[in-house]
Amino acid sequence: MTVEFWRWKEYNWHDPEIDPRDAEVLSSGVDVGSVSSQAVVMADGKLFAFSNMRTGSDSPESANKAMTWALEDTDLSLDDIDFTVGTGYGRVNVPFAGKAITEIACHARGANFLYGPSVRTVLDMGGQDCKAIHCDEKGKVTAFLMNDKCAAGTGRGMEVMADLLSVPIEEVGEMSLDVEEEPPPVSSTCVVFAKSEASALLRQGWPKNRVLAAYCSAMAHRVTSLLERIGVEKEFAITGGIAKNPGVVKRLEEELGVEGLKTEADTQIAGAVGAALFARALHLKAKKA
Amino acid sequence: MLANYGYTDGSGDYFITVDTDHCVECADRPCVPACPAAVLEIIEDDYGDEVCAVVEAHRKQIKYSCAPCKPATGWTTLPCTEACPHGALTHSW
Repeated sequence: MTVEFWRWKEYNWHDPEIDPRDAEVLSSGVDVGSVSSQAVVMADGKLFAFSNMRTGSDSPESANKAMTWALEDTDLSLDDIDFTVGTGYGRVNVPFAGKAITEIACHARGANFLYGPSVRTVLDMGGQDCKAIHCDEKGKVTAFLMNDKCAAGTGRGMEVMADLLSVPIEEVGEMSLDVEEEPPPVSSTCVVFAKSEASALLRQGWPKNRVLAAYCSAMAHRVTSLLERIGVEKEFAITGGIAKNPGVVKRLEEELGVEGLKTEADTQIAGAVGAALFARALHLKAKKA
Repeated sequence: MLANYGYTDGSGDYFITVDTDHCVECADRPCVPACPAAVLEIIEDDYGDEVCAVVEAHRKQIKYSCAPCKPATGWTTLPCTEACPHGALTHSW
């Protein structure tokens, strides 16, 4: 059997302490990204359930699957949800969403929820693009910049590297930090070039940890340039899958000279959390009208 | 909000920035018809404001879309930024 080293853990979760039947508003957010999809269910603005899975080739089906999985074992069905907002690349393809909102606004709002109102700069390191966002104390976007020309310096690039080196994706970050001296970064402009460079370095006898260090360093460097364009205002937080990779996060913090906020929550759900919060606000607004 | 549309590639940074706080005050939106390449449009943003944005299809190619207004020599102004009465539009290159 072929081992897929890039394959990260897909899972669902719900809070058994919350009885969703007591909630006045049940809202949900579905983030159909280029690589991963998340569905989040909130009970009166509290995180109740979520799922995090790989996006398939069919966006509406991915949205349905993510939502079904988030609701599994919760005694809730889709009909119980008052309002849903879709976000991410496939946001217009969420069949049961009442509105589509960009992932920029949703990540800012989600980061505000996950990291607290002190967040002013959010870096969303997604599957196929990176976004630098400034927001206010309410999680409203005040400036944004996205660089989606190329998948270099993104989650998909890291998956390619994990597969090339046969290192499970969850271990890439720690392994990259296990070097005595920081190697020069590989090409940061293209995943294909970076993969070729990494292959060449392996043939030259570089150990895997050194190659990973060179790639994580390149990724951090590329994202630093993006952030410097709009500036980094404290507090700083990272969302998306790469936020789970200490090899990139530590190097990025060193380059920026700023320490990022930490959270126990899954950073991949930030966009869907923001969407669910928008959904709640939209439902309450409609009810008032 | 400062909305930056564009990209960085091996040859440089190509971003059009819209200051939506100023853009939203504009009634006539002269920037949209001023652009000969139809790069700009009016959208409703995530917070319900009607503001100028770069058309999705141009976002990854604005270096080329805007090139006719930026010949190698001799240009000092751009039709879109000239048309904007609030100074809300800027180009990074």
